[in-house]
Amino acid sequence: MKPRQKRFVLIGLGLVALAIAAALVLNAFQSNLVFFFTPTQVANGDVPQGRSFRIGGMVENGSLTREGDGLTVHFIVTDMAKRVPVTFKGILPDLFKEGKGAVAQGQLGADGTFLASEVLAKHDENYMPPEVADALAKAKAAGAQSSSTLVVKPQ
Amino acid sequence: MIPEIGHFALILALCVAVVQGTLPIYGAAVGSSTLMSVAKPAARGQFILVLLAFCCLGYAFAAKDFSVLYVAATSNSHLPLHYRLAAIWGAHEGSLLLWTFILTIWMVAVTFFSSHLPEAMRARILGVMGLVSVGFLLFMLTVSNPFERLIPAAVDGRDLNPLLQDPGMVMHPPMLYMGYVGFSVAFAFAIAALLGGNLDAAWARWSRPWTTVAWCFLTVGIALGSGWAYYELGWGGWWFWDPVENASFMPWLAGTALIHSLAVTDKRGGFKVWTVLLAIMAFSLSLLGTFLVRSGVLTSVHAFATDPKRGLFILVFLAIVIGGSLLLYAWRAPRVGLGGGFDPVSRESMLLANNVLLVAAMGSVLLGTLYPLFLDALGLGKISVGPPYFDTVFVPLMTPAIFLMGIGPLAQWKKASLPELAMRLRWAFGVSVVTALLLPFVLGKWTPLLSLGLLLSLWIVTTTMVNIRERVSHLVGNSFLSCLTALPRAYWGMVLAHCGIAVFIVGVTMVKGFEVEQDLRMNVGETATIGGYTFQFDGAREVKGPNYLAARGTFSVTKAGREVTMMYPEKRLYSVQKQMMTEAAIDSGLLRDLYVSLGEPLEDGAWSVRLYHKPFIDWIWGGCLIMALGGLLAVSDRRYRLSWRRERQEEPEAIRSQEKSVA
Repeated sequence: MKPRQKRFVLIGLGLVALAIAAALVLNAFQSNLVFFFTPTQVANGDVPQGRSFRIGGMVENGSLTREGDGLTVHFIVTDMAKRVPVTFKGILPDLFKEGKGAVAQGQLGADGTFLASEVLAKHDENYMPPEVADALAKAKAAGAQSSSTLVVKPQ
Repeated sequence: MIPEIGHFALILALCVAVVQGTLPIYGAAVGSSTLMSVAKPAARGQFILVLLAFCCLGYAFAAKDFSVLYVAATSNSHLPLHYRLAAIWGAHEGSLLLWTFILTIWMVAVTFFSSHLPEAMRARILGVMGLVSVGFLLFMLTVSNPFERLIPAAVDGRDLNPLLQDPGMVMHPPMLYMGYVGFSVAFAFAIAALLGGNLDAAWARWSRPWTTVAWCFLTVGIALGSGWAYYELGWGGWWFWDPVENASFMPWLAGTALIHSLAVTDKRGGFKVWTVLLAIMAFSLSLLGTFLVRSGVLTSVHAFATDPKRGLFILVFLAIVIGGSLLLYAWRAPRVGLGGGFDPVSRESMLLANNVLLVAAMGSVLLGTLYPLFLDALGLGKISVGPPYFDTVFVPLMTPAIFLMGIGPLAQWKKASLPELAMRLRWAFGVSVVTALLLPFVLGKWTPLLSLGLLLSLWIVTTTMVNIRERVSHLVGNSFLSCLTALPRAYWGMVLAHCGIAVFIVGVTMVKGFEVEQDLRMNVGETATIGGYTFQFDGAREVKGPNYLAARGTFSVTKAGREVTMMYPEKRLYSVQKQMMTEAAIDSGLLRDLYVSLGEPLEDGAWSVRLYHKPFIDWIWGGCLIMALGGLLAVSDRRYRLSWRRERQEEPEAIRSQEKSVA
């Protein structure tokens, strides 16, 4: 082959490889995006069925219960507007506490319970995951707009 | 007083860095030897000043000077001395100081090992490094000063994050930064070459050892971080595709590509433009990694206070460094030339394909890491990209790369013949395929990924053996052993590093294929069996540590009735930050790890417990270590020393004065 043809072959092969890689990457990317929803969105039914997503909010005080096996836990995640019951089987992270922020990943069950496959709370004591802070702020803003009928507790 | 000395030293260092970043480069442009000679003393002076600042901060930590904000924020009077010192790089400000300190170490190393470089080249290299240093010193002095005072002083400090109170964490940041910053040398070489417009094989030979050493440090640094996550986070994973991990992995991928592309530039004069681009890329990704992790953009144990001013500075600095060097590249690269040609089937083409695959892998990691950040910044919603994405992308990209890794070293430069290669490799191929298909059945389970993993590592090992045998048969020697020692160290370095990859793949494959994980509730005296090992829970009791209170569980482990070991996992409550920490107990072995961690206390002294059996997991880090050793072995090759010594004899004057300054 002439140098010119060689270069074309090389460039062609490179482009094909890149195209394959790009197709692979984008395909995998599409199917593995995990979206984040607030408890209000979950309660309003704005969430995908049969697909894994994340919810975040505060773990409601006094809502944590444990089944007899010592592993299955139930708790409620709230953005102070809506509450979503969550079930998780496994060991909770060290920083998981009632009254603190947490993020859970999993699917919504038919009865409206969020079945978590993973609970994330890997930040320090005073830290609020930004997703959670955001969810709380949104719910608060929404609450403020229709607050003529609601009693908003003073902070 | 001492912190002010440190602060002052940093200001002086900035002044020196400005001089170092301007005069020598200007001198090289106009050919002024006087201006160029400023580089060396400036670099050394800067090193001394930053060292002084570093020691001052260290002293503030050692002396528990809680009137320094940074000390008060990251340490505590009950924190043991070694962790107080490690707390220097326990948060944002101090880790920037460490970064700069390491940069000056590399600069001093360049002044000592560059006597064989042309003067203009050396001046430009040190000048570019000086400019990078200017950026970091400015950043520290304007928005993240580690010496900032806290008035009135705190009574006691807020303590170091308990997760970081660990020997692995003491070593992880310095190692990682040695790697990140080490790429600045390759970067400076590349920029110097672009400025000078000459990029020959000698240039590649000079930058090769620097790049390889940096890569070794980075490899060890990443392995340490992964090991830390494994035993400290308490859930036994070794890689989570977390953005902070990706941040260190991207420069590694680019650096690996760079090492291989430099080899081609050195040996054949090819890939010149590509090599320069990779050098720029590796360092840019190192900068991106440092800032992504430290700026608070990513929330994790690595990120600390977020400050919009810092974010802005970082963005501007990144834009200047990356944009500026790419601009220079676009302008000057055509002058550098493409280098020698080669056939579609040749060692060059295989290395090129490998490079493309590595860069594609890097790009996919970059996409998965940055895309959620972009969406968030634009207010388009919050998403995360899960580990399955990276797994699905990585296996198909790395499989051909590793296949080529077996063939490449056997192929001839310039032009190779496929049928001939196939002939030479038929045994290696046959043996690896048959073994990879059958071995999983012997082990008791067959999955496609298991076979693929074994195939890839066997392929590396068998092709390496073929390669060694062929190399030896070309040599005329007395014994097989003397032939082996006659082969150059650079060659053995490559062999070792490639075998490290094989060991790593075995580790990953076996862990993914055969690990057993069980979360369960255990009463006192109860037993559970996983992977053939029986764990008996003998209860937990309270233990007091220097700055924490712990519940320590006792587990006796037996296998077939014989006692194997006792394990003591802990659940710690750190008193200052009121933070719970799981301290897993791990019994390591060549073929398996046993891993026990405590969950939560339940009624009647029972605990929820995590029991893991992880076959071959230590091979993962062992493989990384072998890779790094391979790199070091390659650097010790004669050809680098020879070229250095040869130049030394030509420049006896310079050397004598240099040795004086060493003494």
